[in-house]
Amino acid sequence: MRTIIPVENSDTLAAVRGFLKRLLEADVVDALLVPMETPSGTVTPALVADPDLLDAANPLAPVMGLNAARVAGHVSIREPRGRIGVVLRPCELRALVELVKLKQASLDDMVTIGVDCLGTYDVAVYTEMPAGGGVDVRALWATAQSGELAPQEGYAFRDACQMCEKPHVEEADVTLELFGADLTTGVPVILPDEVAEKLGMETSEVSEDFRSLRVEVVEKVVAARTQVRDARFAEMRQRLEQEGIEGVFAACVLCHNCMTVCPICYCKTCLFKSPTFEHEPMQYMNWARRKGAYRLPADTMLFHLTRLNHMVLSCIGCGMCTSDCPSELPVGVVFRAIGQQVQEVFDYVPGRSVEEPLPLVTFREDEWMEVGGE
Amino acid sequence: MTETGFEPKIVAFLCNWCTYTGADLAGTSRIQYPPSVRIIRVMCSGSVDPTYVLKPLLDGADGVLIGGCWPGDCHYQSGNYKARRRVIALKEILKNAGFDEERVWLRWISASEGGRFAETVTKMTEFLKEKGPNPMRRKWAV
Repeated sequence: MRTIIPVENSDTLAAVRGFLKRLLEADVVDALLVPMETPSGTVTPALVADPDLLDAANPLAPVMGLNAARVAGHVSIREPRGRIGVVLRPCELRALVELVKLKQASLDDMVTIGVDCLGTYDVAVYTEMPAGGGVDVRALWATAQSGELAPQEGYAFRDACQMCEKPHVEEADVTLELFGADLTTGVPVILPDEVAEKLGMETSEVSEDFRSLRVEVVEKVVAARTQVRDARFAEMRQRLEQEGIEGVFAACVLCHNCMTVCPICYCKTCLFKSPTFEHEPMQYMNWARRKGAYRLPADTMLFHLTRLNHMVLSCIGCGMCTSDCPSELPVGVVFRAIGQQVQEVFDYVPGRSVEEPLPLVTFREDEWMEVGGE
Repeated sequence: MTETGFEPKIVAFLCNWCTYTGADLAGTSRIQYPPSVRIIRVMCSGSVDPTYVLKPLLDGADGVLIGGCWPGDCHYQSGNYKARRRVIALKEILKNAGFDEERVWLRWISASEGGRFAETVTKMTEFLKEKGPNPMRRKWAV
């Protein structure tokens, strides 16, 4: 059902916190995984069991330090556990869908609470903002209604957010619909009837005007972002064609950050963290002699190409890889630009549905019949 | 190495049950084929991780051949079907990352097809001769 979380004194955050508190108090879930404000001025996910502590919850903070689907997997993968509510952004929800299919998360006894995303800053930018007057949340929330998503003057959204064409929640058990809403008066929410009943919430007249406005605003945001995305992809494809991946990633120091923060790269025994690539000194010497020179750390492009092969079909475009690259390489654009092509081959949209099998674990006997018989 | 004297190097991952046995048959039947191929026996084409293909390509091998059983004949029921999808993804990634994906071949060759194995190696060798050496052979920054 649809209803509205009423907002008092234009304090949208307090209203959202109140709603989350009631999920715990009314025993809808035993704990909530939600971004919590930290003393250092950013947010970090925490599994909160005490409703009083939700005064520090802030799912509207425009900052992203990690893709919380990673930790949603950690707290959900095995039974026994209690019922968990997870408050996630759209890119985190999509990552969670992929992790469920990779058997690294479980939706059993889980309530997903999706919040439309108005754009996020890198942690370093966000923690710097108080010096410049802080985040103007009113201005930010106003962009939800107009669809004119923009960072604050003098700052930039994370690279991935600038080209994110899916900032709206497509599927969640509970959806906080920010797009199209006047957040100073109320937050439209979609929730299952049984949850609404437990919370004592009644269907509110969400006007037809809001429904059509939301559709309009989402369309506007998607169109603008798609345009940016396509331009960035085209630019990157041209670079890849001219320089190759070894040109684009020439400054890579092989720190593995992109892999560590990637919500999809879950393997505990990753080949690249194994002794496989600890070669004998004589081996390096042989390579150096054969090619004249040998780039170190060795196997850097092998790392990126292998990661592309292992995870790009599930790449949901959260761009944490770009955010956490110490060499400021455009990892996310490379992966998304290549990923789009590969995903199209398999007609696969990562994060869309837990029902759609992962392309590399399924097959049809009568497909690509021309391959291999030449 | 001069272009005229260019002899391609092919790394071949051959499935134990079909293509490797087919290669063995080519040998015992004394069928001639170019000495360009370095064979690595694997238990199934479905066990060939993309990393195995990428490493030789980045180090300068001119081609990589993956040989498996014909569809329907996999010793493990579905390994070759999975290999097919994996190779399609790999080639799409290589193409988009600025590599020449035509250097990777996937072929179904059964245990009784010694002739087809020899023919495939011959064809691939000629194809790679025409293409010239893998540019990665001289690139140090990979």
